[in-house]
Amino acid sequence: MSGTLCIDGIAVPFSDGQTIIEAARSAGVYIPYLCHRPGYAPYGSCKLCTVKVNGRTNTACTLPAADGQTVISNSPDLQHDRQRITQMLFVEGNHFCPSCEKSGNCQLQAVAYHQNMLDNHYPHFYAQRELDASHPDILIDHDRCIFCNLCVRASKEKDGKEVFGIAGRGIHKRLIVNSPSGKLKDSDISVDDEAAHVCPTGAILVKRSAYLAPIGERIYDHHPISEVACEKAVLDTQAAKGHASCDQAQLAGQVPQNSGSDSHYAASMPPAPDIKHGR
Amino acid sequence: MAAKIKIATTSLAGCFGCHMSFLDIDERLLSLAEVVEFDRSPLTDIEHCGPCDIGLIEGGVCNSENVHVLREFRNNCKILVAVGACAINGGLPALRNFFKLEDCLLEAYQDGIGVDNPQIPNDPELPLLLDKVRPIHEIVKIDYFMPGCPPSADVFWNYLNALIEGRDPTLPYELVHYD
Repeated sequence: MSGTLCIDGIAVPFSDGQTIIEAARSAGVYIPYLCHRPGYAPYGSCKLCTVKVNGRTNTACTLPAADGQTVISNSPDLQHDRQRITQMLFVEGNHFCPSCEKSGNCQLQAVAYHQNMLDNHYPHFYAQRELDASHPDILIDHDRCIFCNLCVRASKEKDGKEVFGIAGRGIHKRLIVNSPSGKLKDSDISVDDEAAHVCPTGAILVKRSAYLAPIGERIYDHHPISEVACEKAVLDTQAAKGHASCDQAQLAGQVPQNSGSDSHYAASMPPAPDIKHGR
Repeated sequence: MAAKIKIATTSLAGCFGCHMSFLDIDERLLSLAEVVEFDRSPLTDIEHCGPCDIGLIEGGVCNSENVHVLREFRNNCKILVAVGACAINGGLPALRNFFKLEDCLLEAYQDGIGVDNPQIPNDPELPLLLDKVRPIHEIVKIDYFMPGCPPSADVFWNYLNALIEGRDPTLPYELVHYD
Protein backbone atom coordinates (compact mmCIF):
# COMPACT_ATOMS: atom_id res chain seq x y z
CA MET A 1 0.00 0.00 0.00
CA SER A 2 1.19 3.47 -0.72
CA GLY A 3 -0.31 6.90 -0.27
CA THR A 4 0.21 10.09 1.65
CA LEU A 5 0.28 10.98 5.30
CA CYS A 6 0.43 14.39 6.88
CA ILE A 7 3.29 15.28 9.25
CA ASP A 8 3.05 18.70 10.89
CA GLY A 9 1.09 19.99 7.94
CA ILE A 10 3.49 18.58 5.35
CA ALA A 11 2.26 16.03 2.83
CA VAL A 12 4.57 13.01 2.99
CA PRO A 13 4.20 10.25 0.42
CA PHE A 14 5.10 6.71 1.43
CA SER A 15 5.64 3.40 -0.28
CA ASP A 16 4.70 -0.10 0.71
CA GLY A 17 6.24 -1.25 3.99
CA GLN A 18 7.63 2.09 5.09
CA THR A 19 7.33 3.16 8.70
CA ILE A 20 6.37 6.74 9.50
CA ILE A 21 9.96 7.66 10.34
CA GLU A 22 11.30 6.27 7.05
CA ALA A 23 8.58 7.92 4.98
CA ALA A 24 9.40 11.18 6.73
CA ARG A 25 13.13 10.81 6.17
CA SER A 26 12.67 10.04 2.48
CA ALA A 27 10.65 13.25 2.19
CA GLY A 28 13.28 15.28 4.03
CA VAL A 29 11.23 15.57 7.23
CA TYR A 30 13.38 14.80 10.26
CA ILE A 31 11.95 13.03 13.30
CA PRO A 32 14.66 12.58 15.97
CA TYR A 33 15.80 9.04 16.78
CA LEU A 34 18.71 7.11 18.29
CA CYS A 35 17.83 3.41 18.31
CA HIS A 36 16.61 3.48 14.72
CA ARG A 37 18.87 3.16 11.71
CA PRO A 38 17.88 3.08 8.05
CA GLY A 39 18.14 -0.49 6.75
CA TYR A 40 17.58 -2.01 10.19
CA ALA A 41 14.48 -3.69 11.56
CA PRO A 42 12.44 -1.40 13.82
CA TYR A 43 13.25 -1.71 17.51
CA GLY A 44 11.49 1.15 19.30
CA SER A 45 13.45 1.44 22.56
CA CYS A 46 14.64 5.03 22.79
CA LYS A 47 11.20 6.65 22.36
CA LEU A 48 12.75 9.83 20.95
CA CYS A 49 10.67 9.50 17.78
CA THR A 50 7.43 9.53 19.74
CA VAL A 51 4.75 11.31 17.72
CA LYS A 52 0.98 11.71 17.87
CA VAL A 53 -0.71 9.71 15.13
CA ASN A 54 -4.37 10.58 14.78
CA GLY A 55 -4.21 11.75 18.38
CA ARG A 56 -2.57 8.64 19.82
CA THR A 57 1.02 8.40 21.05
CA ASN A 58 3.21 6.10 18.93
CA THR A 59 6.84 5.59 18.02
CA ALA A 60 7.36 6.71 14.44
CA CYS A 61 10.07 4.07 13.91
CA THR A 62 7.74 1.14 14.56
CA LEU A 63 4.38 2.28 13.21
CA PRO A 64 3.73 1.51 9.53
CA ALA A 65 2.77 4.54 7.47
CA ALA A 66 -0.86 4.50 6.34
CA ASP A 67 -2.82 6.68 3.99
CA GLY A 68 -4.44 9.67 5.61
CA GLN A 69 -2.58 9.52 8.94
CA THR A 70 -2.30 12.86 10.70
CA VAL A 71 1.04 12.96 12.50
CA ILE A 72 2.16 15.63 14.93
CA SER A 73 5.89 15.58 15.58
CA ASN A 74 7.11 19.06 16.44
CA SER A 75 4.55 20.20 18.96
CA PRO A 76 5.96 21.95 22.04
CA ASP A 77 4.80 19.04 24.24
CA LEU A 78 6.54 16.38 22.17
CA GLN A 79 9.70 18.46 21.86
CA HIS A 80 9.69 18.91 25.64
CA ASP A 81 9.31 15.14 26.11
CA ARG A 82 12.18 14.49 23.69
CA GLN A 83 14.44 16.81 25.59
CA ARG A 84 13.59 15.12 28.89
CA ILE A 85 14.25 11.69 27.35
CA THR A 86 17.62 12.89 26.07
CA GLN A 87 18.47 14.37 29.45
CA MET A 88 17.62 11.04 31.11
CA LEU A 89 20.03 9.32 28.71
CA PHE A 90 22.75 11.80 29.67
CA VAL A 91 22.36 11.40 33.44
CA GLU A 92 21.88 7.63 33.36
CA GLY A 93 25.25 6.98 31.75
CA ASN A 94 28.44 8.99 32.02
CA HIS A 95 28.55 11.30 29.04
CA PHE A 96 31.49 13.65 29.40
CA CYS A 97 31.73 15.17 25.94
CA PRO A 98 34.97 17.14 26.51
CA SER A 99 36.92 13.91 27.06
CA CYS A 100 35.06 11.73 24.55
CA GLU A 101 36.69 11.04 21.20
CA LYS A 102 33.26 10.65 19.55
CA SER A 103 32.39 14.30 20.26
CA GLY A 104 31.22 15.95 17.04
CA ASN A 105 30.43 12.58 15.44
CA CYS A 106 28.06 11.45 18.19
CA GLN A 107 24.37 11.05 17.44
CA LEU A 108 23.38 11.38 21.10
CA GLN A 109 25.20 14.70 21.32
CA ALA A 110 23.83 15.78 17.94
CA VAL A 111 20.26 14.99 18.95
CA ALA A 112 20.80 17.05 22.11
CA TYR A 113 22.24 19.92 20.05
CA HIS A 114 19.29 19.70 17.69
CA GLN A 115 16.95 20.13 20.65
CA ASN A 116 19.01 23.06 21.93
CA MET A 117 19.49 21.11 25.17
CA LEU A 118 21.57 23.30 27.48
CA ASP A 119 21.46 21.35 30.76
CA ASN A 120 20.85 17.84 32.06
CA HIS A 121 17.92 18.78 34.34
CA TYR A 122 18.02 15.59 36.42
CA PRO A 123 20.41 14.53 39.21
CA HIS A 124 23.33 12.53 37.85
CA PHE A 125 23.65 8.81 38.55
CA TYR A 126 27.43 8.58 38.02
CA ALA A 127 26.84 4.91 37.30
CA GLN A 128 29.76 2.56 37.86
CA ARG A 129 30.49 0.84 34.58
CA GLU A 130 33.55 -1.04 33.43
CA LEU A 131 35.67 -0.32 30.37
CA ASP A 132 36.50 -3.23 28.08
CA ALA A 133 39.73 -2.42 26.26
CA SER A 134 40.71 -6.09 25.88
CA HIS A 135 40.26 -6.33 22.10
CA PRO A 136 43.24 -5.20 20.00
CA ASP A 137 41.10 -3.13 17.60
CA ILE A 138 37.81 -2.33 19.34
CA LEU A 139 37.00 -0.67 22.65
CA ILE A 140 33.79 -0.70 24.68
CA ASP A 141 33.22 2.21 27.03
CA HIS A 142 30.08 1.11 28.84
CA ASP A 143 29.75 4.61 30.34
CA ARG A 144 28.38 5.79 27.02
CA CYS A 145 26.04 2.91 26.18
CA ILE A 146 22.38 3.95 25.77
CA PHE A 147 21.06 0.41 25.14
CA CYS A 148 19.84 1.23 21.64
CA ASN A 149 20.48 -2.41 20.68
CA LEU A 150 22.01 -1.38 17.33
CA CYS A 151 25.24 -3.36 17.91
CA VAL A 152 23.16 -6.36 18.95
CA ARG A 153 21.10 -6.14 15.76
CA ALA A 154 24.13 -5.39 13.57
CA SER A 155 26.03 -8.41 14.83
CA LYS A 156 23.08 -10.75 14.43
CA GLU A 157 21.42 -9.45 11.28
CA LYS A 158 24.30 -7.93 9.31
CA ASP A 159 27.40 -9.81 10.46
CA GLY A 160 25.77 -13.20 11.02
CA LYS A 161 27.27 -13.43 14.51
CA GLU A 162 25.86 -12.90 17.96
CA VAL A 163 28.57 -10.93 19.69
CA PHE A 164 26.36 -8.59 21.73
CA GLY A 165 23.28 -8.83 23.89
CA ILE A 166 21.39 -6.70 26.36
CA ALA A 167 20.99 -8.29 29.80
CA GLY A 168 19.03 -7.21 32.86
CA ARG A 169 16.13 -4.83 33.15
CA GLY A 170 15.62 -1.24 34.25
CA ILE A 171 18.59 0.25 36.03
CA HIS A 172 20.36 -3.12 35.91
CA LYS A 173 20.25 -3.23 32.13
CA ARG A 174 23.68 -3.68 30.54
CA LEU A 175 25.41 -4.55 27.32
CA ILE A 176 27.02 -8.00 27.45
CA VAL A 177 29.49 -9.74 25.18
CA ASN A 178 29.02 -13.31 24.01
CA SER A 179 32.34 -14.88 24.95
CA PRO A 180 33.52 -17.30 27.63
CA SER A 181 35.25 -14.52 29.59
CA GLY A 182 32.66 -11.86 28.78
CA LYS A 183 35.51 -9.86 27.27
CA LEU A 184 35.47 -8.60 23.71
CA LYS A 185 38.88 -10.11 22.92
CA ASP A 186 37.44 -13.62 23.31
CA SER A 187 34.41 -12.94 21.09
CA ASP A 188 33.95 -13.47 17.34
CA ILE A 189 33.92 -9.75 16.54
CA SER A 190 36.25 -8.38 13.90
CA VAL A 191 37.02 -4.75 13.17
CA ASP A 192 35.35 -5.09 9.74
CA ASP A 193 32.03 -6.06 11.31
CA GLU A 194 29.18 -3.62 11.04
CA ALA A 195 28.65 -4.04 14.78
CA ALA A 196 32.00 -2.33 15.39
CA HIS A 197 30.88 0.78 13.53
CA VAL A 198 27.17 1.14 14.23
CA CYS A 199 27.22 2.67 17.72
CA PRO A 200 25.45 6.06 17.76
CA THR A 201 27.48 7.19 20.80
CA GLY A 202 31.08 6.65 21.87
CA ALA A 203 30.37 3.30 23.55
CA ILE A 204 31.89 1.08 20.83
CA LEU A 205 34.92 2.64 19.19
CA VAL A 206 37.47 1.41 16.70
CA LYS A 207 40.88 1.97 18.22
CA ARG A 208 43.41 4.29 16.57
CA SER A 209 40.69 6.08 14.61
CA ALA A 210 39.61 8.65 17.20
CA TYR A 211 41.23 11.76 15.78
CA LEU A 212 41.38 10.98 12.06
CA ALA A 213 38.92 13.84 11.71
CA PRO A 214 39.89 16.73 14.00
CA ILE A 215 37.38 18.48 16.26
CA GLY A 216 35.80 21.19 14.14
CA GLU A 217 35.70 19.02 11.01
CA ARG A 218 33.30 16.38 12.25
CA ILE A 219 29.89 15.32 10.99
CA TYR A 220 27.73 17.51 13.22
CA ASP A 221 30.14 20.43 13.66
CA HIS A 222 28.56 22.36 10.83
CA HIS A 223 25.40 20.44 9.95
CA PRO A 224 22.64 19.63 12.40
CA ILE A 225 21.54 16.00 12.58
CA SER A 226 18.21 17.05 11.04
CA GLU A 227 20.13 17.68 7.81
CA VAL A 228 22.58 14.81 8.07
CA ALA A 229 19.83 12.24 8.70
CA CYS A 230 17.97 13.11 5.51
CA GLU A 231 19.43 12.48 2.10
CA LYS A 232 21.11 15.48 0.51
CA ALA A 233 19.29 15.11 -2.80
CA VAL A 234 15.94 15.26 -1.01
CA LEU A 235 16.95 18.36 0.93
CA ASP A 236 18.20 20.10 -2.20
CA THR A 237 14.88 19.49 -3.95
CA GLN A 238 13.05 20.87 -0.95
CA ALA A 239 15.20 23.95 -0.81
CA ALA A 240 14.21 24.61 -4.40
CA LYS A 241 10.55 23.65 -4.27
CA GLY A 242 9.51 23.74 -0.64
CA HIS A 243 7.50 21.07 1.18
CA ALA A 244 4.09 20.13 -0.12
CA SER A 245 1.56 21.14 2.47
CA CYS A 246 -1.56 19.20 3.27
CA ASP A 247 -4.84 19.65 5.04
CA GLN A 248 -7.44 17.23 6.26
CA ALA A 249 -9.84 17.72 3.39
CA GLN A 250 -7.20 17.05 0.76
CA LEU A 251 -5.81 14.10 2.65
CA ALA A 252 -9.14 12.38 2.78
CA GLY A 253 -9.11 11.69 -0.91
CA GLN A 254 -5.91 12.33 -2.73
CA VAL A 255 -2.36 13.54 -2.75
CA PRO A 256 -2.46 17.30 -2.21
CA GLN A 257 -0.87 19.69 -4.64
CA ASN A 258 2.17 21.65 -3.65
CA SER A 259 1.15 24.92 -2.09
CA GLY A 260 4.32 26.22 -0.47
CA SER A 261 6.37 25.44 2.59
CA ASP A 262 5.01 27.77 5.23
CA SER A 263 2.17 25.71 6.61
CA HIS A 264 2.28 24.70 10.24
CA TYR A 265 0.46 21.97 12.05
CA ALA A 266 -1.11 24.42 14.48
CA ALA A 267 -2.64 26.42 11.69
CA SER A 268 -3.74 23.61 9.43
CA MET A 269 -4.87 20.82 11.71
CA PRO A 270 -7.70 20.39 14.15
CA PRO A 271 -6.57 19.77 17.74
CA ALA A 272 -5.79 16.14 18.44
CA PRO A 273 -8.47 14.31 20.40
CA ASP A 274 -7.63 14.00 24.06
CA ILE A 275 -6.87 10.33 24.51
CA LYS A 276 -6.16 9.35 28.07
CA HIS A 277 -3.90 6.45 28.92
CA GLY A 278 -5.38 3.62 30.94
CA ARG A 279 -8.84 4.19 32.31
CA MET B 1 23.04 57.50 34.24
CA ALA B 2 21.26 54.31 35.21
CA ALA B 3 22.85 52.19 37.91
CA LYS B 4 25.23 49.61 36.53
CA ILE B 5 24.31 45.94 36.38
CA LYS B 6 26.19 44.08 39.11
CA ILE B 7 27.87 40.80 38.21
CA ALA B 8 29.61 38.34 40.51
CA THR B 9 31.66 35.38 39.28
CA THR B 10 33.40 32.45 40.92
CA SER B 11 35.10 29.20 40.10
CA LEU B 12 34.20 26.26 42.36
CA ALA B 13 35.56 22.86 41.29
CA GLY B 14 36.67 24.33 37.98
CA CYS B 15 39.94 25.17 36.29
CA PHE B 16 39.31 28.89 35.60
CA GLY B 17 39.20 27.99 31.91
CA CYS B 18 35.67 29.41 31.70
CA HIS B 19 36.90 32.68 33.24
CA MET B 20 39.73 32.76 30.69
CA SER B 21 37.19 32.22 27.92
CA PHE B 22 35.10 35.07 29.38
CA LEU B 23 38.15 37.34 29.03
CA ASP B 24 38.37 36.24 25.39
CA ILE B 25 35.54 38.66 24.62
CA ASP B 26 38.60 40.94 24.32
CA GLU B 27 37.82 44.55 23.38
CA ARG B 28 34.15 43.93 24.05
CA LEU B 29 35.15 44.06 27.74
CA LEU B 30 35.32 47.83 27.34
CA SER B 31 31.72 48.19 26.24
CA LEU B 32 30.70 45.65 28.91
CA ALA B 33 32.44 47.75 31.57
CA GLU B 34 30.27 50.72 30.61
CA VAL B 35 27.11 48.92 31.72
CA VAL B 36 28.27 46.45 34.39
CA GLU B 37 30.40 46.47 37.50
CA PHE B 38 31.90 43.43 39.15
CA ASP B 39 31.18 42.37 42.71
CA ARG B 40 32.82 39.23 44.12
CA SER B 41 35.01 37.80 41.37
CA PRO B 42 38.58 36.68 40.74
CA LEU B 43 38.75 39.91 38.72
CA THR B 44 38.13 42.11 41.78
CA ASP B 45 39.33 40.10 44.79
CA ILE B 46 36.18 41.11 46.68
CA GLU B 47 35.80 38.42 49.30
CA HIS B 48 32.05 38.13 49.72
CA CYS B 49 29.16 38.61 47.38
CA GLY B 50 26.77 41.52 47.96
CA PRO B 51 23.39 41.90 46.26
CA CYS B 52 23.93 41.31 42.53
CA ASP B 53 21.96 41.07 39.33
CA ILE B 54 23.86 38.21 37.74
CA GLY B 55 26.04 35.45 39.23
CA LEU B 56 28.24 33.31 36.99
CA ILE B 57 29.30 29.98 38.52
CA GLU B 58 32.10 27.99 36.96
CA GLY B 59 32.80 24.45 38.15
CA GLY B 60 30.90 21.81 40.08
CA VAL B 61 30.77 21.28 43.83
CA CYS B 62 33.54 19.13 45.33
CA ASN B 63 33.94 20.39 48.92
CA SER B 64 32.14 22.10 51.80
CA GLU B 65 33.45 25.55 50.87
CA ASN B 66 32.02 25.20 47.35
CA VAL B 67 28.60 24.59 48.92
CA HIS B 68 28.86 27.72 51.09
CA VAL B 69 30.03 29.89 48.19
CA LEU B 70 27.30 28.56 45.92
CA ARG B 71 24.63 29.29 48.54
CA GLU B 72 26.06 32.76 49.10
CA PHE B 73 25.74 33.43 45.36
CA ARG B 74 22.21 32.07 45.26
CA ASN B 75 21.20 34.22 48.21
CA ASN B 76 22.61 37.36 46.61
CA CYS B 77 22.14 37.01 42.85
CA LYS B 78 18.84 37.60 41.13
CA ILE B 79 19.96 35.41 38.22
CA LEU B 80 22.34 32.51 38.64
CA VAL B 81 24.05 31.01 35.59
CA ALA B 82 25.85 27.66 35.45
CA VAL B 83 28.92 28.29 33.32
CA GLY B 84 30.57 25.39 31.51
CA ALA B 85 30.54 21.59 31.54
CA CYS B 86 31.73 21.15 35.16
CA ALA B 87 28.97 23.36 36.58
CA ILE B 88 26.42 21.51 34.45
CA ASN B 89 27.46 17.86 34.90
CA GLY B 90 30.46 17.82 37.24
CA GLY B 91 32.88 17.56 34.33
CA LEU B 92 36.44 16.40 34.70
CA PRO B 93 36.55 16.64 38.53
CA ALA B 94 33.53 14.30 38.64
CA LEU B 95 35.69 11.53 37.18
CA ARG B 96 36.76 10.92 40.78
CA ASN B 97 33.18 9.83 41.49
CA PHE B 98 34.08 6.39 40.20
CA PHE B 99 36.60 5.87 42.99
CA LYS B 100 36.31 5.93 46.76
CA LEU B 101 37.34 9.30 48.19
CA GLU B 102 39.81 7.52 50.46
CA ASP B 103 41.48 5.87 47.47
CA CYS B 104 41.77 9.24 45.72
CA LEU B 105 43.47 10.81 48.76
CA LEU B 106 45.81 7.84 49.22
CA GLU B 107 46.79 7.91 45.56
CA ALA B 108 47.38 11.66 45.52
CA TYR B 109 49.13 12.17 48.87
CA GLN B 110 50.48 8.85 50.06
CA ASP B 111 50.89 5.99 47.59
CA GLY B 112 51.23 7.82 44.28
CA ILE B 113 54.43 7.75 42.25
CA GLY B 114 56.80 10.61 43.14
CA VAL B 115 55.06 11.63 46.39
CA ASP B 116 57.53 13.20 48.85
CA ASN B 117 56.79 13.29 52.58
CA PRO B 118 53.56 11.31 52.21
CA GLN B 119 50.69 12.49 54.41
CA ILE B 120 47.03 13.25 53.82
CA PRO B 121 46.46 17.00 54.38
CA ASN B 122 44.38 17.56 57.51
CA ASP B 123 44.76 21.24 58.38
CA PRO B 124 41.46 22.45 59.91
CA GLU B 125 41.54 25.40 57.49
CA LEU B 126 41.13 23.06 54.54
CA PRO B 127 37.55 22.53 53.36
CA LEU B 128 36.37 18.94 53.67
CA LEU B 129 35.90 17.05 50.43
CA LEU B 130 32.46 15.74 49.53
CA ASP B 131 32.21 12.03 48.76
CA LYS B 132 31.15 12.91 45.20
CA VAL B 133 31.54 15.91 42.91
CA ARG B 134 28.12 17.30 42.03
CA PRO B 135 26.76 19.65 39.36
CA ILE B 136 25.48 22.88 40.88
CA HIS B 137 21.83 22.41 39.90
CA GLU B 138 21.70 19.58 42.44
CA ILE B 139 22.47 22.08 45.26
CA VAL B 140 20.63 25.32 44.36
CA LYS B 141 18.16 26.52 41.74
CA ILE B 142 19.94 27.57 38.56
CA ASP B 143 18.27 29.95 36.15
CA TYR B 144 20.35 29.51 33.00
CA PHE B 145 22.98 27.12 31.68
CA MET B 146 25.92 27.98 29.47
CA PRO B 147 27.30 24.75 27.96
CA GLY B 148 30.83 24.25 26.69
CA CYS B 149 34.29 23.28 27.89
CA PRO B 150 34.73 26.18 28.01
CA PRO B 151 31.78 28.13 26.60
CA SER B 152 33.25 30.27 23.84
CA ALA B 153 33.65 34.04 24.25
CA ASP B 154 30.69 34.44 21.88
CA VAL B 155 28.53 32.38 24.23
CA PHE B 156 29.46 34.67 27.13
CA TRP B 157 28.77 37.73 25.00
CA ASN B 158 25.46 36.32 23.83
CA TYR B 159 24.26 35.45 27.37
CA LEU B 160 25.44 38.65 29.03
CA ASN B 161 23.84 40.85 26.40
CA ALA B 162 20.55 38.99 26.71
CA LEU B 163 20.55 39.11 30.51
CA ILE B 164 21.57 42.77 30.65
CA GLU B 165 18.74 43.59 28.26
CA GLY B 166 16.32 41.55 30.33
CA ARG B 167 15.83 38.79 27.75
CA ASP B 168 16.04 35.00 28.07
CA PRO B 169 19.36 33.98 26.51
CA THR B 170 19.11 31.66 23.51
CA LEU B 171 21.92 29.99 21.62
CA PRO B 172 22.03 29.39 17.86
CA TYR B 173 23.09 25.88 16.75
CA GLU B 174 26.68 26.95 16.02
CA LEU B 175 27.23 28.03 19.63
CA VAL B 176 25.82 24.92 21.34
CA HIS B 177 28.79 22.73 22.24
CA TYR B 178 29.39 20.39 25.14
CA ASP B 179 33.12 20.15 24.45
